[in-house]
Amino acid sequence: MITKTAEHTVIGTRPPRADAFEKVVGKAVFGPDVNLPRMAYGRILRSPHAHARIVRIDPTRAEALDGVYAVATAADLPEAADRTERVGEGNVNYKYMRDNTFAGDKVLYHGHPIAAVAARTLQIAEQALELIDVEYELLDPVLDVRQAMAADAPLLHEGMHTRSLAGTADTPSNVASQFQFLQGDPEQGFAQADVVVERAFETAMVHQGYIEPHAATAAWDADGTLTVYTTTQGAFDIRSQVHELLGYPLSKIIVVPTEVGGAFGGKNVGYVEVPAAVLARKSGRPVRVVMTREEVFLASGPSSGTWMRVKMGATREGRITAAEVELCYEAGAYPGSPVGAGANCILAGYDIPNARLDGYDVVVNKPRVGAYRAPGATQSTFAGEAVIDELAEKLGLDPVEFRLRNIATNGMPRLNGGFHEHIAAREVMEAVRDHPHYNAPLERGTGILRRGRGVGLAYWGNWGARSSVTLEVNADGTVSMLMGSVDITGTRTSIAMQAAETLGLSLAHINPAMGNTQTSGYSDASGGSRTTMATGVAAVKAAEEVIAKMHERAAAIWVCEPEQVAYTNIGPDAGTFTCSRNDETMTFAEVAAKLGGTGGALRGQGDVNVRRWGGAFGANIADVEVDIETGSVRLLRFTAVQNVGKAIRPGQVEGQLRGGATQGIGWGLYEGYAYDGQGHMLNANFLDYKLPTALDVPAIETEILEIPWPEHPFGVRGVGETPIVGPPAAIANAVYDAIGVRQGFLPMTPARILESMGII
Amino acid sequence: MNFSYGYRAPDTIAEAVRLLQEGGSGARPLAGGTDLLVQLRHGIRQADLLVDLKRIPELSAVRYDPADGLTLGAAVPCADVADHPDIRAHYPALVDGAGIIGGSAIRQRATVGGNLCNASPSGDAIPPLIVLGAEAEIAGPNGSCRVPVSSFCVGPGLHLLDQGEMLVALHLPIPSPRSGSCYLRFTPRGEMDIAVVGAAAWLQLDESLSYIEDARIALSAVAPVPLVAETAATWLIGRPADSESFAQAGRLAQETARPIGDVRGTLPQRLHLVGVMTRRALQGALRRAKGETIDG
Repeated sequence: MITKTAEHTVIGTRPPRADAFEKVVGKAVFGPDVNLPRMAYGRILRSPHAHARIVRIDPTRAEALDGVYAVATAADLPEAADRTERVGEGNVNYKYMRDNTFAGDKVLYHGHPIAAVAARTLQIAEQALELIDVEYELLDPVLDVRQAMAADAPLLHEGMHTRSLAGTADTPSNVASQFQFLQGDPEQGFAQADVVVERAFETAMVHQGYIEPHAATAAWDADGTLTVYTTTQGAFDIRSQVHELLGYPLSKIIVVPTEVGGAFGGKNVGYVEVPAAVLARKSGRPVRVVMTREEVFLASGPSSGTWMRVKMGATREGRITAAEVELCYEAGAYPGSPVGAGANCILAGYDIPNARLDGYDVVVNKPRVGAYRAPGATQSTFAGEAVIDELAEKLGLDPVEFRLRNIATNGMPRLNGGFHEHIAAREVMEAVRDHPHYNAPLERGTGILRRGRGVGLAYWGNWGARSSVTLEVNADGTVSMLMGSVDITGTRTSIAMQAAETLGLSLAHINPAMGNTQTSGYSDASGGSRTTMATGVAAVKAAEEVIAKMHERAAAIWVCEPEQVAYTNIGPDAGTFTCSRNDETMTFAEVAAKLGGTGGALRGQGDVNVRRWGGAFGANIADVEVDIETGSVRLLRFTAVQNVGKAIRPGQVEGQLRGGATQGIGWGLYEGYAYDGQGHMLNANFLDYKLPTALDVPAIETEILEIPWPEHPFGVRGVGETPIVGPPAAIANAVYDAIGVRQGFLPMTPARILESMGII
Repeated sequence: MNFSYGYRAPDTIAEAVRLLQEGGSGARPLAGGTDLLVQLRHGIRQADLLVDLKRIPELSAVRYDPADGLTLGAAVPCADVADHPDIRAHYPALVDGAGIIGGSAIRQRATVGGNLCNASPSGDAIPPLIVLGAEAEIAGPNGSCRVPVSSFCVGPGLHLLDQGEMLVALHLPIPSPRSGSCYLRFTPRGEMDIAVVGAAAWLQLDESLSYIEDARIALSAVAPVPLVAETAATWLIGRPADSESFAQAGRLAQETARPIGDVRGTLPQRLHLVGVMTRRALQGALRRAKGETIDG
C-alpha cells in the first residue's frame, strides 16, 4: 500500500501548533470558561478530618437558604459495581470511586467530598456549605505507609484483605495488595558479590501542579441526554465513569472535552463531573463546578509518597550480581497506587541475573492517588539509581562506565516477566558518556559553595491502546480531521502531520479538531505517552483509506480500473494520481473537486487498538551547586537525553523533555505534601507547595536519539513520561558528588540537606 | 464569606480618614491589594468598605531631599521603589527588600507601605525600613504623628494603627557617610516565595573603614513581629569590621531570635539560618559602606 521512506517532508519539521494562536490570544475555552444560559454554580463540602465516621448528614438548613437550587450527597448515587477497570494510566474500582465522589459512611482524608450544592451564585453556594450539618466520630488517622502496614494500625477499610498471587489474606489490612518478582537466586547472587550496598528511601506525596483546576459543567436536555463539558485527558473515560456512577446509558451521555490547562496524568479520573451532573439533574439547570486550588491539592489525584529499600551487590569487575527491592507505595484513601509501574521501571536498564522485588499497595488517610507522568517510576528510579551510583563509587568506577558494563540489551529477560525488545539503553548511556556536558570540567569548590555532577538512567514502558481518527476530503482538496484523542501536548498538530505525510499533502491542507464522545470514535485517554504513537497509527490508517478510496474516484473519472491508478505521496510529484491506461495525471484536489459526481462524501476512518509498543530509555546529567551553610541546591547545568523513536515535531519533543525535567527538578528539590499529626494538609497552595520557578530551572539541554520502534509507520515511541523519571536521581547523585552525603529523601529541601550533613 | 465590598477612592488624606472613621471596623485601606484582596477571598480578614488610597497625591509621591532624606508615599509600588535612582543610591537594603516581594508582576501593584501594614513577621520590606531608621507618618482623626517603624508591628498581622488612622508615608533619614545596608532572605525558590529567615543590616564605619561606629540589625520570620537584634548590633560597635565580628554578631542574633517551626522551615533550620543570614547581611552592608556594588 503506501510506504513512506526516510524522505519526509512534513514529519521532522517545526510548524506552529494548531492551537497556539487561540491560546496566545486568550480565546481558547478551558474547563472553567464554559458558560451556559441559566447556569447554576456548584460547590463541594469537604471533610475537615482525615479519618472519621459520618454519623449524620443533614442538608435541611442549606436547602432552605434562598438561592440554593439543589444539595447532593451519596444518597443521590445508585450503588456502584465492585469492579476494577483501567482508566487512563491507572485502575479504578467503581465502588471506591463512588465513595470518593461523595463519602459513604466514612471520610478517609482531609478534603474528602461529602456533599455538593448548586446555587444562584458562588457566594450563596459557599454560604450553603456552612449550613450542611455533618456529625463526625473521629478516628485515628494513618499517614505513613509503614505505619499503615503495621499489624495494629487503624484500618481505613474494615473489609479490605490483602490480595496477592497466594490468594486473599484472612485478616483485614491496609495493604490492598502485594506482589513479588523473582529472578535467579538472589541469595547466591549476593554471595558472589564483592561489594554490597543497601539503603532505604522515602519520598513525599507530590502533585502534578497543573495550573487549570478541575472544572466540569453538566446540562440535561429535555430528552434526557446529559452533556458534560470538562477538562480531561480522556472524554470516553469520563463518559464511562459518569455512566457507571449514575447507572445511565452511555449513548445518553455526551462528554465534550475542553482545552486542557495541564494534566500530566491527573485528569483521567473525574472529580467534579458526577457532582455537576447530579446537581444539574436535581436543579433542572446547567451546573458548573470548578475546584479551587486548595481543593485540587486536597482532593484530586496526586502521586504516591513512598518508602523503599534497595540492596544490590556487584563483583570487583563491576558486574551486578543481585538486587533486592522493597517498594511500599501510598495509594491514598483507596487502593490503586502505581507500585506495579514503579516495579516495572526500577533498574529496568540493567542486566541483573538474580533479583527479588516485593511491592505493596497501601491505603493511608490521604487523597486517592492518580496517575502522574510515568506513574510510580520517578520514585523507584530515585532509589535504584542512588544505589547504582554508590556501587560504582565503591568499585572506583565512573558511574556511566559502571552502568554501561551492566546495561540491558535486546532479548534480555526483564524482572517483571517480559523481554526487552528494540531498546536503546546502551545508546542512551553512550550518548551521556559522549555528551559535552558529561565531559566538561567542573570546578568543585572548597568553600561554602560545593559543586557536583550526577547522572540518572530512566525508563518508562509507554502504552498503545485505542484511538480513532476520521479524515474527510473536502471539494477544494483540503482535509478535515477529527480525532477522539484529547489534545494535551500539541496532538492536533502531531497527528495532522502524520496524516499529511501519508497523504502526500502539506500540513496546511489538514484542519485538525478534537471530537467529543458523540462525534468521534472511541479513543482511550491521552496518557501513557501513547497518543502521538497510537493515534498516529490511526491517522496513517485513515489516510491510507482516503487514498484507496480516492483511487476508486480517480478510476471512475478516468473510466479505468482502480488498479490502473497510482498515487504518489513523496517527492516533487507528491499529491498526484496517474493513470497507466491513458498516462493522464490529476492532483489530489482535482479528484476531490469531483467527489460529488463520483459517489459523495469521502472519509477515511482509522480505528485501532495498538497492542504492541516500544518503551523509552532516557537519561539526565545534572550539575549542582550546594550552599553548605543554607543547604540550598542550585542547578548549574542540566541535560536530558532520550530515545524517542522518531520525533514527529522536534520542537514539541524538546518541550516534553524540558517540561518533564522541570517537573522532575521540582520533585527532586522543592515539592511535597506536608501534613500535621492529625492528617491536615499544611501546604494546599502554590506558596507553600513549591513548584520551581523560571529562576530555579536552568536552560535544559536536550539530545534526541531516533532509534525507531519498528512497528510504528514512522518509528514513533512514546516520549512524554520518561523525561520526569531521571531528574531526581541525577540531582541526588550530583548532590552526593558535591557534599559527600547520600540523600534518602525527596524532596531534597534545604533543611533536609542540612540535616543530612549534621548541621542542624 | 463576603465577596462584595463598598469601594471608595478619595483624593485627600482628610477624606480618606473620614471614610475610614465612619466605616468603622469594616473599613479597610487599600493600596496594592496583593495581600488584602487574597485575605478577603480566603476569609482571613473581613471588610465591607475598601478605601483605595492610590488617588491621594501624597501617598503616591517619592521625594528625596539631600538635607532631609527620603519621603516615600505609602502607596508607592515596590517596583517603583526598587527602580528609583535615589533610593538605589542611598537606601540599598530597601531596594533589596522591595525588589524581592512576590514576583515582577506583583511588585507593580504591591507597595512598601502595604507590606508594613500587613505586618507579617516575614514582610521583606520591614527589616530594611527598621535598620534604615525609618519612621511611619500616620494620619488620623486627631491629626498626624510619626512613630519608628521598629515599633509599628505588634503581632502577626497586627499593627498599632487605631480605627480611622492610616499610614501616609515613610520617612528615612539621610544616609550617614561611610554607611551601607543590606537585606537578605533565605527562600527555597529564587522568587515568588516567602522568607524562611530574613536579615537586614546597616553599618557605619569609622574613617579608616576598618571599625564599626554604629550598627543596626533586624530579622524577619523569626518572631511574631519583625525583630530588632539589639544585642548583636550593640556588640558590634567599636569592633573591627571583619568576618569574626560578623560571625559573633550572628551568634548573638540567634540568641535574640524566637522562631517557630512550621511548614516553611523547621525551628533548628531557622535558628541556624539567623546566624548565616545575619553574617551575610553584615558582609553585604560592609561592602556597600566601602562603596562596593553587590548584586541587589
